[in-house]
Amino acid sequence: MSTTEIDRQWTTKFRRRLTTALPSEKLLPDTQPSYVASWIYVFGVATLSSMMVVIGTGCILAIMGPLWWHESSVGHFVNSLHLWSVEVFFFAMVVHLWGKFFMAAWRGKRQLVWMTGVVTFLASVATAFTGYVSQTNFDSQWISTQAKDGINATGGGAFFNVLNTGQMFMWHIVLMPIAAVVLTGLHILLVRYRGVVPPFEDTSAGKVRA
Amino acid sequence: MAAIYSLFDALLPLTSPGHYIQWHWIQISVANLIVIILMIATFIAALVVPFPGRRRRRGGDE
Repeated sequence: MSTTEIDRQWTTKFRRRLTTALPSEKLLPDTQPSYVASWIYVFGVATLSSMMVVIGTGCILAIMGPLWWHESSVGHFVNSLHLWSVEVFFFAMVVHLWGKFFMAAWRGKRQLVWMTGVVTFLASVATAFTGYVSQTNFDSQWISTQAKDGINATGGGAFFNVLNTGQMFMWHIVLMPIAAVVLTGLHILLVRYRGVVPPFEDTSAGKVRA
Repeated sequence: MAAIYSLFDALLPLTSPGHYIQWHWIQISVANLIVIILMIATFIAALVVPFPGRRRRRGGDE
């Protein structure tokens, strides 16, 4: 194959575009700008860390199944870890969202970073909701019947049927986690590509190092 | 063990019905209100609490 032919391949073009936009030192940098040394910049990573615990405990629950998490003490413990890591996940994500909102994190061509964050937040809410109706206990029965009333009131129909435990379970352990992980991955890649948003005083003084 | 359970239940009654606060048409559970207050407190603390090693960094790495 000639060099011209190789240059015309879509794989070659795609690889070159990717490595130009995100070289390894930008993808996994050795240092960060000095303004990142603030607690408000910690909550993105805190969200990501708790998400890893959510996924890890979720995988164990998926392997062992509902009888295990209802009846054994280790199952109760892992189930509780899954719940409380979700609580930490949303707690950290909301503080992260407030921090980014008040520093207008969409500045400097970061609109896509902000929007992927917004969509990830919504996807996470949907993931948590399908989780609450998948607990297979009285709590999930109560939540699902209330939610069904709510969806009926909007005329939403039964395509997304919250009373269908199997459907909700599949949404919770397959579709929504894929969406949440892909969106989070995209969000992080965009943060690496555009750089961490600087505080207002840094941009006004013309000291942006992103 | 039973004594520990009853002490824990007295301190943090997780098995009893939740408490709610109502003000006109606004109704919120005490648990949710506590979480919201903690999030606001954490947000403010994140802005004012100095980050470890910040002074050392200021002089050098960019």
